[in-house]
Amino acid sequence: MSEFEPKVVAFVCNWCTYAGADLTGTSRIKYASNVKIIRFPCTGRIDFMLLLKSFANGADGIIVSGCHPNDCHYTSGNFHAKRRWIMFKELMDFMGIDMNRITFSWVSAAEGARWAEVVNSTVTRVRELGPYVSYKQMVNTSIEEEVTHA
Amino acid sequence: MARIGVFICHCGENISATVDCGRVAETIGKLKHVAYSTEYKYMCSDPGQTLIKDAIKEYKLTGIVVSACSPRMHEPTFRKAAAEAGLNPYLCEMANLREHCSWVHEKNDMTTEKAIDIVRILVEKVKINNALLPIKVPVTKTALVIGGGIAGIQSALDIANTGHKVILVERSPSIGGHMSQLSETFPTLDCSQCILTPRMVEVAQHPNITLYTYSEVESLDGFIGNFTVKIRKKARSIDEKDCTGCGLCTTKCPQKKIPNEFEEGMGFRPAIYTPFPQAVPNKPVIDREHCTYYIKGKCKVCEIVCPTKAIRFDQPDQILEIQIGAIVIATGFDIKRTDFFPEYGFGKYKDVIDGLQFERLASASGPTGGAILRPSDGVVPKNIVFVACAGSRDPAKGIAYCSKICCMYTAKHAMLYKHKVHEGKAHVFYMDIRSAGKNYDEFVRRAIEEDYVNYIRGRVSTIYECDGKLIVKGVDTLLGAQPLEIVADMVVLATAGVANSGAEELAQKLHVSYDSHKFFAEAHPKLKPVETNTAGIFLAGACQNPKDIPDSVSQASGAAVKVAALFSQNELTREPLVAFVNRCSPPLYSTCVGCFLCQSVCPYQAIEREEFKNRDGKTIKTVAKINEGLCQGCGTCVALCRSKSIDLHGYTNNQMYTEVMALLNVY
Ligand SMILES: Cc1cc2nc3c(=O)[nH]c(=O)nc-3n(C[C@H](O)[C@H](O)[C@H](O)COP(=O)(O)OP(=O)(O)OC[C@H]3O[C@@H](n4cnc5c(N)ncnc54)[C@H](O)[C@@H]3O)c2cc1C
Ligand code: SF4
Ligand code: SF4
Repeated sequence: MSEFEPKVVAFVCNWCTYAGADLTGTSRIKYASNVKIIRFPCTGRIDFMLLLKSFANGADGIIVSGCHPNDCHYTSGNFHAKRRWIMFKELMDFMGIDMNRITFSWVSAAEGARWAEVVNSTVTRVRELGPYVSYKQMVNTSIEEEVTHA
Repeated sequence: MARIGVFICHCGENISATVDCGRVAETIGKLKHVAYSTEYKYMCSDPGQTLIKDAIKEYKLTGIVVSACSPRMHEPTFRKAAAEAGLNPYLCEMANLREHCSWVHEKNDMTTEKAIDIVRILVEKVKINNALLPIKVPVTKTALVIGGGIAGIQSALDIANTGHKVILVERSPSIGGHMSQLSETFPTLDCSQCILTPRMVEVAQHPNITLYTYSEVESLDGFIGNFTVKIRKKARSIDEKDCTGCGLCTTKCPQKKIPNEFEEGMGFRPAIYTPFPQAVPNKPVIDREHCTYYIKGKCKVCEIVCPTKAIRFDQPDQILEIQIGAIVIATGFDIKRTDFFPEYGFGKYKDVIDGLQFERLASASGPTGGAILRPSDGVVPKNIVFVACAGSRDPAKGIAYCSKICCMYTAKHAMLYKHKVHEGKAHVFYMDIRSAGKNYDEFVRRAIEEDYVNYIRGRVSTIYECDGKLIVKGVDTLLGAQPLEIVADMVVLATAGVANSGAEELAQKLHVSYDSHKFFAEAHPKLKPVETNTAGIFLAGACQNPKDIPDSVSQASGAAVKVAALFSQNELTREPLVAFVNRCSPPLYSTCVGCFLCQSVCPYQAIEREEFKNRDGKTIKTVAKINEGLCQGCGTCVALCRSKSIDLHGYTNNQMYTEVMALLNVY
């Protein structure tokens, strides 16, 4: 059997982390290809429900990354993201989601090497944790239950 | 029904070396709604763009995905091409196969599969993209220049001479910057003040320039063409209209022992002072921190002696709010001081000085009247050592870069010393001599060949004091790394050029990026060295990295042209990637419930209230409405809205959800 290759979704902002990941490319720093990037204008735009949707649909790990505090292109979008994240994290934890599968980080447009580190460390960690099936199962069973009850 | 075209670029071999482009094109070609899928060596080239345009027409495409480099690089190129073929530019998306895939992964199946996934994400997205029309906004034709060094002065004059208004904000009491402190300037050795002062006066007298000295930017709102800046005009404690600049107060002030910043601490100034005789404006300020009146509540000598009664002890800071259309940042640089160097005595030895201090010693208007005298006892140094690259090019000290100006000013310093102290000996420790520039290398050669400056290739490990002398220990690497010891009377460190104090805070206020050394970051290192990543904000001079006067002036003029080009338009077109609140037919009008939480998170105050009235004129519902001129499209409100009433063009909830599902291959 081939080794487990985790699927990792990265939600990043356009101005810092997306540009930082571009710099990783221009600097030709290699990293694991398990990560695929979705570009948002700002971390403030990220609806954390998308994290749940991702897990429910087969993601094994998630990275959320934007500008460092005070560096937001839109002044304060990343602060709102962080505040929302603090709340949402608790909620996800309560729901039984394995928080080790999520990396929340700041990567600036100048930190090409850091992006590679963030990706690699996340992929390594998620690889050790194995495929994320429990949440998917939970969601699917509850849907089934609803269907049978109806 | 959607008809999508996909164009896979090889980027020479940049993409095709690791990604099997043929396989990507083929796999994507089989997706539902993909009407055309092809590959080509250079999509951005003329034939590449023609290929795209032809395909749009031939296959009646309703959306395209150009799979090439980063959209941050070529999105405008391909959107323009799409528009030329009659396709709305916002129906063109780019898949980043180069920076995010081929350049960062090895050549293998997984990389090609990732490439396919990346393209598929964008194909699914573009299917639900909306055609959008650009937004038109007016341009306020007034520029703000921040920093009144030579770069800011040049930019302000150039912009003003195109007929546009300029607001010049300088935080110190006078314009002039570091250039006003210099004695003579390389490579011609002309006196710095003599070439600078006329420019300063021109600024003061220019009908299009409004000068605010002793002022700082408090905050900035808005966007290109339409900024609002708040400027804090610090209290000078004098009435500038009444003050004639006679200077009587400065001579009578009893508080005389304040270290003089302009003289780099090598002299004193009173509490009410003008930084230097040629200051513009030539009006004093009271340094409230040191003034006896502010400390002890009595003195007021200046008020008594002032012939025009211009002193105002109770003057408050003023906040001015001004509309501007473009900004030039020209806040300059600073240098590391001697206390940064433990190996050279932490700044403890009085006769180990930095380059700016040497400039003041060599300056005819300086504390010694231009005589080279050592600070400890006022004796002429017989043996002087210059240490180049003090701190620069030294990753261990956190400064890996070359400060660029020190090789040249060190040669200048050694020359100036030799011209003044004929019998003296000047030694220069250097790593390499970097003197690229018109007449620059000739200048250094003159120091070596005509003024007999002793250039030693090697670094200085320590400097310590012994019997009133400074022992300089180093090596001469051209003599086979021979250890070397020079007994010197004075040492001048060419310390690293660093970002100016407050640069980081200013960058944050202006929302522009800066690098890890806190220098302001250009939009592109080669092709956009004058622009920042924030539209309408430009860079000039040493605030970007240490640079000499000719480079600072050239860039300042460059920035001025950028501003003038912007001001040549009456209207700007803006990207329509802004938020919108849904509307539906009465009696609902919108799903918005009017909680206005969105209003409190919007960084740009772009969310307004719209009232719906019944026939009697009574308000029956109030909902949110986006001001498209102000909205910058961050989307913070979208993620927050609990009734999902706001959405963002280009990044709609539906699009983001679709992208995630496509990524996970749920389709
Ligand atoms: C020792 C030494 C010798 C030199 N000799 C030479 C020479 O011989 N020839 C040569 O070509 N170059 C020389 N240089 C380089 C020269 O000093 C610089 O090229 C030049 O000063 C750069 O001009 P600038 O306007 O960009 O910055 P600066 O001269 O640093 O001016 C910046 C201005 O902005 C103001 N400012 C800073 N922050 C703010 C803020 N937040 N708000 C408002 N205002 C602000 C500052 O008060 C200052 O007035 C020398 C440099 C040194 C250190
Ligand atoms: S748009 Fe949303 S957040 Fe704003 S007022 Fe309406 S319901 Fe509240
Ligand atoms: S997207 Fe929303 S929060 Fe962001 S600037 Fe526009 S209206 Fe304000």
